[in-house]
Amino acid sequence: MTVVTPFEGIGASVKRKEDLRFLSGRGRYTDDINRPGQAYAHILRSPHAHAAIRGIDLAAARAMPGVVAVFTGADMVGLGGLPCGWQIHNKDGSPMAEPPHPVLAQGKVRFVGDAVAVVIASTRAAARDAAEAIEVEYEVLPAVATMEAALAPGAPAVHDGVAGNLCYDWHIGDPAVNAAAFQGAHKVVEFELVNNRLVPNAMEPRAAIGDFDPTTGDYTLYTTSQNPHVIRLLMGAFVLQLPEHKLRVVAPDVGGGFGSKIFHYAEEAIVTWAAGKIARPVKWTADRSESFITDAHGRDHVTKARLALDAEGRFLALHVQTLANMGAYLSTFSTSVPTYLYATLLAGVYTTPTVYAEVKAVFTNTVPVDAYRGAGRPEATFLLERLVDVAAREMGMDRIEIRRRNFIPNDAFPYQTPVALQYDSGDYVATLEEALKVADWAGFEQRRQAAKAAGKLRGIGISTYLEACGIAPSAVVGALGARAGLYEVGTIRVHPTGSVTVLTGTHSHGQGHETTLAQLVTDRLGVPLAQVDIVHGDTAKIPFGMGTYGSRSLAVGGSAMVKAMDKIVAKARRIAAHLMEASVEDVEFDRGTFRVAGTDKTKSWGEICLTAYVPHNYPIEEIEPGLDETAFYDPKNFTYPGGCHICEIEIDPDTCQVAVVNFTAVDDVGRVINPMIVEGQVQGGVAQGIGQALLETAVYDENGQLLSASFMDYQMPRANDLPPVSVATHTTLCTHNPLGVKGCGEVGAIGSPPAVINAVVDALRDYDVRHIEMPATPAKIWGIIHAGQRLAAE
Amino acid sequence: MPQVTLTVNGASHTVEVEGRTLLVELLREKLRLTGTHVGCDTSQCGACVVHVNGDSVKSCTLLALQADGAEITTIEGLAKPDGTLHPMQEAFREYHALQCGFCTPGMVMSAIDLVQKHPQGLSEKEIREGLEGNLCRCTGYHNIVKAIAAAQDVMHGRRAELAPAAE
Amino acid sequence: MYDFAYHKPTTVADAVKILSADPEARPISGGQTLLPALKHRLNKPTAVVDLSGIAELKGIRREGDRLVIGALAKHGEVANSPEVKAAIPALAQMASTIGDTQVRNRGTIGGSVSNNDPAADYPAAVLGLDATVVTDKRRIAADDFFQGMFTTALEPGELLVAIEFPIPEKAGYAKMRNPASRYVMAGVFVARTKSGTRVVVNGAGPGVFRQAEMETALAANWSADAVAGVKQSPDGLNGDIHGSAEYRAHLVTVMAKRAVANAG
Repeated sequence: MTVVTPFEGIGASVKRKEDLRFLSGRGRYTDDINRPGQAYAHILRSPHAHAAIRGIDLAAARAMPGVVAVFTGADMVGLGGLPCGWQIHNKDGSPMAEPPHPVLAQGKVRFVGDAVAVVIASTRAAARDAAEAIEVEYEVLPAVATMEAALAPGAPAVHDGVAGNLCYDWHIGDPAVNAAAFQGAHKVVEFELVNNRLVPNAMEPRAAIGDFDPTTGDYTLYTTSQNPHVIRLLMGAFVLQLPEHKLRVVAPDVGGGFGSKIFHYAEEAIVTWAAGKIARPVKWTADRSESFITDAHGRDHVTKARLALDAEGRFLALHVQTLANMGAYLSTFSTSVPTYLYATLLAGVYTTPTVYAEVKAVFTNTVPVDAYRGAGRPEATFLLERLVDVAAREMGMDRIEIRRRNFIPNDAFPYQTPVALQYDSGDYVATLEEALKVADWAGFEQRRQAAKAAGKLRGIGISTYLEACGIAPSAVVGALGARAGLYEVGTIRVHPTGSVTVLTGTHSHGQGHETTLAQLVTDRLGVPLAQVDIVHGDTAKIPFGMGTYGSRSLAVGGSAMVKAMDKIVAKARRIAAHLMEASVEDVEFDRGTFRVAGTDKTKSWGEICLTAYVPHNYPIEEIEPGLDETAFYDPKNFTYPGGCHICEIEIDPDTCQVAVVNFTAVDDVGRVINPMIVEGQVQGGVAQGIGQALLETAVYDENGQLLSASFMDYQMPRANDLPPVSVATHTTLCTHNPLGVKGCGEVGAIGSPPAVINAVVDALRDYDVRHIEMPATPAKIWGIIHAGQRLAAE
Repeated sequence: MPQVTLTVNGASHTVEVEGRTLLVELLREKLRLTGTHVGCDTSQCGACVVHVNGDSVKSCTLLALQADGAEITTIEGLAKPDGTLHPMQEAFREYHALQCGFCTPGMVMSAIDLVQKHPQGLSEKEIREGLEGNLCRCTGYHNIVKAIAAAQDVMHGRRAELAPAAE
Repeated sequence: MYDFAYHKPTTVADAVKILSADPEARPISGGQTLLPALKHRLNKPTAVVDLSGIAELKGIRREGDRLVIGALAKHGEVANSPEVKAAIPALAQMASTIGDTQVRNRGTIGGSVSNNDPAADYPAAVLGLDATVVTDKRRIAADDFFQGMFTTALEPGELLVAIEFPIPEKAGYAKMRNPASRYVMAGVFVARTKSGTRVVVNGAGPGVFRQAEMETALAANWSADAVAGVKQSPDGLNGDIHGSAEYRAHLVTVMAKRAVANAG
């Protein structure tokens, strides 16, 4: 007899099932795995941003102690390159430029870090020692390190045949309608800003182990991935030409991803292919310096925007022109980020009737750029929420009032934006009101005065935002150029004694799926949490899956589980009906108990499960034995979490350091399954948003050398850089998935950066600052204050 | 090859190493104690923190040979043999102070050292400052700070049991 | 890291013998600077000579009007030493802010001073307090010891044994950390001793240096206001992605004020 424990179901802050192994040092991350006979790979990387390879001499390296094999691009001729998963079309309908992305360099290197050769040796150190003995003759070519340089007339070409280093020139919206709406506007606010380039820096560096069984021809890849099935598909079908049934991809415990572990990376293909070549397992683990120059970077936009307003401050039209840096090659989902994940968000939470966005994607001699927590949506939100603040100031309006005046009202849902999306639900006034209250917006002026008396500059900033996630309806994204379906898969495997194993195609690398997804089962089937295990991250165990990104695991993966549980319950009711000699329609099921409606006739969950597997008294002609169901769920729409973030900061005018003194997030993430985990996700996202706003940036020099290439120069947020973050939720349900959930993984990183910068600009109100680019470092703020003082002195 | 003899989680080991072998490499690759992680190569992230003779140390910045004769405690050595967690481990679980778990072993080892060296108790600010040597990319530290604040009361005997996290 | 031989002598004489015989051998004490450099293969020593077993290099003791700190004293030991706290609280305070706890549990004063990283803390105190560096061969005045970025008066094979700090009347230190590395971006150590008033800048330039104008101002009037009006020239200061030379020059004045305030 199972006992229903309501505190483990939906809405309960149950402690995480996965914690015990992590806290005991028994997590099993890729680098913790060792295969018998394993050799180690070290990858020789280009020290130049752009160079032709005139020759490679491997003789000395091959003679080094412990060396098993050395391979270069020449050994991989005939295999495929790394594919791009999303084809964007230009304004004129032609497809984007899609130059090859070789696994190992073919004659040219295009960024510092590009893979040139791989040494495989008996130890990690021996492989690295030998890699230093490889002689590469480079002819250094002029490089383009910035989009400005890449787009300049006569700029060196990153790829032969890609004119002007332009990957695509894309647009969305109606340019004629948009242009007309600017005519006769009361006010047009023009604004330019940069969205700074970031290095994701999940704490676990990427790693991969290739294994090959020559007797069966089976390959196994262990990898630090957010989506093992996607890697199997991309690597198997496009790169190595291995059929799926001969290729198993395992993504075990993964130490954070934030998007950077979605993509199919060269090293995965290298170790898998090399394991077959040498018939030994091959392990590669990045050191952090390698992560900095090989993990896909995030953001990196330069944008010009114009906002038209009427005399009352209502938004009439928005025109946005964005340059998006792709880096040297197209990473897996790079092309979708500044288009369908960015420009479609530019209506925000506002009723702007026309939005027209033009996006040029640009090749440069830098690390490829792809999705990083929020992916396109933080860039859109930062633009909008800065622009709204600037507009308020230039209209002489209150920052809150201008937002209220333009909010999509609650009775307007479903709301069709001018940039393709249809929002299903939201309550922007409610999240705003609650955030204003929690942050004590009304009491701020007093705090500003107190700070002033103490010699500090205090500012407050707000952002009201939404995002589109729960990616994505396959037919919609297919029509927009995606080369994959974006459904999700769930299997509910009920065992004879009633415990449950769930196989999910999503992947947990910190999000706590082993707990949250188990709570769905407990809530629906009444099986205690301890008797539900979630299995993920192994293509040999899970039927299929598209993995975890875009806050999709619960909205899409959880919905697949609900569908599978529907099938389980339907079948179990038929078995119960047989046992209780009732008609199926009369059998009710509620968390562990089957009852003939209106009677005290019941059967427990355990009895039905046992009967399904020991079918002695069983309608075997009508129902198959067993209780194991799989469902594929394809979402009907995106989900639209949103909310309000308020940040309060203080600047020390002497050092110009910014201290975040208060941060309030009130988010609508739909139905909350585990409030503790949701709060944790928001806190972590906000930390990354504050990091982007105040601390982090990837800086290249003009030759394409990454200057912020280690934690010595790239400022990761530390405990002392961050404030306590006050998190609350205000729920409106998603209307089109069975759980009513929206997603919570990215909201923190999307809503927070503009709130922080709005606060910094507010604190500097006496210095006539219209905008300050991220990160707002002490040195930048000193420049502003110092210039202001100098001006005043003159 | 030179040999190093050290005690790890109460058990003595004598291991052949190279001069350049780091303590963390000895732990992970020779003793297969993979709970201690490597998250950077500039001695900053703290994923590799272990206790050497009672002090928290970055095991990626210590030669194995420098640890000859030392008593080492790693994350694997914290719980009692019957599985009872150290109060700091328990607090991390109670306060949801971990997400991906990668920084967690080092974070827990640093936190224990921090609390042990401050019997008078630590304020929130002091805890944040005391975590200077550990990076976490998932949690924003909010819950880590709360967990350490709660664990110190148990470690210093001011509370018999961990204060439960508020719902 | 390249491989190397490992030696662990128990006397200064033995250590010096190994180091003198092999110019490519490197001494290691805490290793908090050396090991990260070796991991990046920035140098290739044939051998490392572990000094941690040498008793002569240990100990913190008061000798009359001087505080003598052995080369192997760890930052954490200096920070918590009752002798240091009583004699030169500014030195204990400085030590408590070097790196992070784990670095302080391994890194040593001898290693830091011998390395003379421009962004290190200790050289500012050694120069600011007019300390004497004692080696296995001789005694070197701080003014002669530091010779610019990563350069000191130490000869090949010469070992720093201890540092003798005269006990000042007043001393104080303040710094702004590099936001990423947490090394010193700009720091100022001020001291009033029997031999005079010193103001030393670290982090901002290519090496520690004395700020003569501030020394004059402070000698005449020991107050934060006295240094507040002295502008540091940006000429020759470091500029990088974290801040320009001008910003660092500005910080020098700010830190000087704070150092005087900290000195009391």
